[in-house]
Amino acid sequence: MLDRQAVMQEQDLAPPVALPMLSPAARRRQLKEKAIAALITAVAFTGIAALVLILVFVAKEALLLVTDTAAREEASFSKMFLPQLVRKGKPLAYMWQPVSGVPKVSMIPLFIGTLKTTAVSMLVAVPLGIFGALFAAEFAPRRLREVLKPTIELLAGIPSVVLGFFALMVMASFLQDTFGFTSRLNAVVAGLGLALAIVPVIFTVTEDALTAVPRSYREASLALGATPWETAWKVVLPAAAPGILAACVLGFGRAIGETMIVLMASGNAAIVSANLGDSVRSLSATIAAEMGEVVVGSPHYALLFFIGVELFLFTFILNMLAGVWTKKVIQRLKGGAG
Amino acid sequence: MPLSSATPRNKMEARELTLRYGSKVAIKQVSLAIPEHKVTALIGPSGCGKSTFLRSLNRMNDLIPGANHDGSVFLDGRSIHDRSLDVVDLRRRVGMVFQKSNPFPKSIFENVAYGLRVGGLKDKAKLAARVEKSLRGAALWDEVKDRLEESALGLSGGQQQRLCIARALAIEPEVLLMDEPASALDPIATAKIEELIHELKATYTIAIVTHNMQQAARVSDRTAFFYMGELVECGPTEQIFTNPHEKRTEDYVTGKFG
Repeated sequence: MLDRQAVMQEQDLAPPVALPMLSPAARRRQLKEKAIAALITAVAFTGIAALVLILVFVAKEALLLVTDTAAREEASFSKMFLPQLVRKGKPLAYMWQPVSGVPKVSMIPLFIGTLKTTAVSMLVAVPLGIFGALFAAEFAPRRLREVLKPTIELLAGIPSVVLGFFALMVMASFLQDTFGFTSRLNAVVAGLGLALAIVPVIFTVTEDALTAVPRSYREASLALGATPWETAWKVVLPAAAPGILAACVLGFGRAIGETMIVLMASGNAAIVSANLGDSVRSLSATIAAEMGEVVVGSPHYALLFFIGVELFLFTFILNMLAGVWTKKVIQRLKGGAG
Repeated sequence: MPLSSATPRNKMEARELTLRYGSKVAIKQVSLAIPEHKVTALIGPSGCGKSTFLRSLNRMNDLIPGANHDGSVFLDGRSIHDRSLDVVDLRRRVGMVFQKSNPFPKSIFENVAYGLRVGGLKDKAKLAARVEKSLRGAALWDEVKDRLEESALGLSGGQQQRLCIARALAIEPEVLLMDEPASALDPIATAKIEELIHELKATYTIAIVTHNMQQAARVSDRTAFFYMGELVECGPTEQIFTNPHEKRTEDYVTGKFG
């Protein structure tokens, strides 16, 4: 053990001195700091509080399905999720007909509708967005890139009602002529319309993730005799994987929640089928189409709020899964260092 | 000047090489030979063009928009700017280690195997053997042999730089270019890298850029002094450091500026 006293003496270190009182200027400075920090915290919490309140309101209205006797009768969970007898002598079926003598409230056709439009849009938009971004970030000449990125970002600013109108008037006729769909408005038209809306989202976020990959990775790869394509595919893309995943999640969130395009271009018929050429009715479009005429406090009203809760849950769960997966990917990329 | 009995062949030669970034001249009419199985050190103050020169030897400057050149560089007597020489083949023959260690965010094994994989080697046993050989060659094998599947970013700075050397060695280049490979490392890691350079010159031809004159004196056989984009003087390391012909060289190596 070192003799601390001796060490201090040897270096001529002064013994501790009692500190004087804080100067008034310093005190004022500290107070000001604290006040500003408190203000920023308050603002941040206001935003969070607004979000929580929305959620509470939606959930509260949906809760009628449990608390209200009439609603519990009309829209029980078995009626929502299990096949029901719709007509005597016919097999059990899933049907969404909330306004009718005997309301039929199966969620399944709506789930299928949302699943079909979202799947079509993601199938188209993810490869388009990612490869477009890869082209812009890795292969496009600088001039072209400077034009390409703002143009695609501009596309993100087009109101969805305009995209919906385009899908409804132009794409629907073209696709029907090309593929011979029985219903003019169907999951493919709505899905492609949605893709128009989410390609810019996926493109922009992916492009940012790709450009954030350090140049040193590219140089190292090229110096090892890799071609630009091998470098882009095997080094840059994997290094940007967390950002690309975030881009896809963002795109998915937009696709599942987007209402106007689907409402205009999907045909809005709640049909249970695997055929992408059939009309579909999505969860979000159902809320938009029916909320205007619903009797406040009725089982139907509670059902529409319950659909809102479901939409929220889907995005929430997906975000969580993506978060876990991203963490895993980052862990793998960074190892112990990160 | 008398040379040793077996006169070393010039592996690479720059002839009247001028390189510009846009219209800004980075190196002016440099003619310099890189003899085979020797270590050639490029020294000079910051911004003197030594790194630019090194990067022009495997055409890494091609990646910088606006870079253009006059004159040429010859590898085994063939111009590296000739259309018949593909830049990918050139870079497989002339490997590079960068100033800042830049392992890929992949496992240690995949980092070393990368160059082999893009070179078309698929056989797993052969890959594993080459990876081991390269890691041994870079004096890193004993430290990482039990953690080959872990991320390379978990290694220390010195280990990362040796991994980058191993990665460059894996594709068995003929020439190894090193751009201040030890400038970000502590003295112990630096000593390891220098020791490694000594061992590697039996197999490879090495050109190394360094800021550190003691390092140039320790590791190199020949030294070239660059100043303001020009090659001021080059010759056997001992002569450059003890008896330089040029005043500017003397001032620089004795620490009067730089």
